[in-house]
Amino acid sequence: MQGLMTVFYKELADHFTSWRGIILFLMVLLVSVFAVLGPTGAIDNIREQLATPVQYGAGRFAFLYLFSTSGEGMYPFIWFIARILVPIVGIVLGLDAINSEKSSGTMSRLLSQPIYRDAVINGKFLAGVVTIAIMLTTTILLVSAIGLTVLGVAPSSEEVARLLLFWGISILYGAFWLGLAMLFSVYFQRVATSALTSMSIWIFFSFFMSMAAGLAANVLAPMSQTPTAPELLKNYGIQITASRISPIMLFGEAATVLLAPGARTAGEMLQLLHASGARWMPGPLSLGQSLLTIWPHLATIGGLTAALFAISYVKFMREEIRAT
Amino acid sequence: MTKQLIVETVDLTKNYDNTTVVDKLNLRIEEGDIFGFLGPNGAGKTTTILMLLGLTEPTSGTAHIYGYNSTREPLKVKRITGYVPEKVGFYEDLAAGYNLAYTARLNGLPEELVIKRVDESLDIVGLSEVAEQKVGEFSRGMKQRLAIADILIKMPKVAILDEPTSGIDPEGITQMLDMIAEIAKERKMTVIMCSHQLYQVQRICNRIGILAKGQLVVEGLLDQLGREALGGGRLRIEVKLTEITSELIDCIRRIGGVVSVERSGDLLLISCLEDLRPQIARVIVGANGLLVEMKIQSYALEDIYRKYFREA
Ligand SMILES: Nc1ncnc2c1ncn2[C@@H]1O[C@H](COP(=O)(O)OP(=O)(O)OP(=O)(O)O)[C@@H](O)[C@H]1O
Ligand SMILES: [Mg+2]
Repeated sequence: MQGLMTVFYKELADHFTSWRGIILFLMVLLVSVFAVLGPTGAIDNIREQLATPVQYGAGRFAFLYLFSTSGEGMYPFIWFIARILVPIVGIVLGLDAINSEKSSGTMSRLLSQPIYRDAVINGKFLAGVVTIAIMLTTTILLVSAIGLTVLGVAPSSEEVARLLLFWGISILYGAFWLGLAMLFSVYFQRVATSALTSMSIWIFFSFFMSMAAGLAANVLAPMSQTPTAPELLKNYGIQITASRISPIMLFGEAATVLLAPGARTAGEMLQLLHASGARWMPGPLSLGQSLLTIWPHLATIGGLTAALFAISYVKFMREEIRAT
Repeated sequence: MTKQLIVETVDLTKNYDNTTVVDKLNLRIEEGDIFGFLGPNGAGKTTTILMLLGLTEPTSGTAHIYGYNSTREPLKVKRITGYVPEKVGFYEDLAAGYNLAYTARLNGLPEELVIKRVDESLDIVGLSEVAEQKVGEFSRGMKQRLAIADILIKMPKVAILDEPTSGIDPEGITQMLDMIAEIAKERKMTVIMCSHQLYQVQRICNRIGILAKGQLVVEGLLDQLGREALGGGRLRIEVKLTEITSELIDCIRRIGGVVSVERSGDLLLISCLEDLRPQIARVIVGANGLLVEMKIQSYALEDIYRKYFREA
């Protein structure tokens, strides 16, 4: 336990004193502020909506829309979090966790100290997760503060609850990317290789997954020149299912359900269409319903993270460390 | 009184995919020994050390340090063993003192003791001045000394040094080894040291073991091995005279303990069972010989090394 805590504190201090950590932190904060305050950012958009309170249920969730909406030509805060900020932070914190210590010869020294070997990998993982948590907390608080001062809307208790849940799943999502990066840092001896591998996976999921899903759908459910409704539905269904392979998509859906209760994710729309026409345009989901909806998403991300970490753990525990 | 056995391996064996790298190794190292662990590249020295520390599992056989089983009780072994790996490394962008403090904390030293122990250790290796400097700015020799300080942090009973002098200049090597020998003596620390610098090993080690292809070719006290290498456990005395007569040779032969006397130019090579220099000198003076020089031929570790390698 003492070994774990020692490694943890050292790594945490490293994250917050190294240039790498400082730059990541600044990036997160700047992008968040930009998403909210930038031209056609969330603030502009909410002002407009509040002036014509039709679409979003009379501004009931105005505070949450700080995080989940944006104007034309701009992306909302959660888009940046899901696609860019959290993956990059997770990957950059974990990409050289193990292999850099091997190649610099500190790992042999570390493992010859009287600590259990898993203290090293657990301590590093924990420090990464806590760093991600601190960054997310700061940026969510910052955006909230901007909302309070600039818009003057205070969050309701339900909104606070939803934000807290969002905070929690974002940390879990960060842990996924951290776990992915650490896995490669255990398997590849060279930092360049491990970095490139995790980055490629991120780029694929972030930018090419929707294309790949579209392609898969067109192969499995080709559409005719003038597609009929069932054809469209089938194609679209496959596209959604396929893109759910991507953790970015899973997290994005969950975050949208939590932070934009009036909106519907594509998947939900589809289910509703299938079910009946009666509840075609339902009101916002309650908090409980929202949780029920995102539960499978969370379980999947959590399961993936656990699996990634377990594989790294087993490999690292068995490995022979030579300082050569 | 027999000394306590500090390191003991019994039939220690390590295979990597069917090639045997360490082959039924039986090592016994006693308290206070400075053990020179020698052998050509790839002999299996580092592998043996990794098994001693519980950093890799033996294929068969056991290793014990201070009675603790290295495979089953690695934490106990690591608590009392300091290890300087072959290519030792530090966190380059952190200060030297910080690096050592990390080691101290990993060893569970209470916070009030951490600073004290770090300062002491840096002082012993003469790096107090640069405690606040980043290790990245250190020279190779400084890093090696820092590595010694790093193991002193935990006040080990056993120090395992894998080529601690590689990459240091000759002067530096001498200083480094003297330092190690001094610390070992002061703290009654047992030392195992791998090295390819035979001359240097000879200066500080009292016991050596030579490994070749995973097998111990020879092991024992250095003095004893040296004599064996030179001539079956005998001493050789070299005498230089202005003139050599056969009477003189006969006289010397008659001294008790002299085994043989050979002539080679103006030199007499006397093989004897003990150091007979005073007696020989007396005989020469008594026979009116003119003594120019007399010395005991010393062995070099190189001789031992070569001898056993020819046999192996
Ligand atoms: N992971 C491994 N897999 C297979 N063979 C290995 C592995 N590690 C080491 N070896 C082999 O084991 C042998 C012994 O290596 P070891 O590092 O113990 O030698 P050494 O005596 O320390 O040599 P040196 O003086 O060069 O440091 C070498 O032939 C090496 O190729
Ligand atoms: Mg070696």
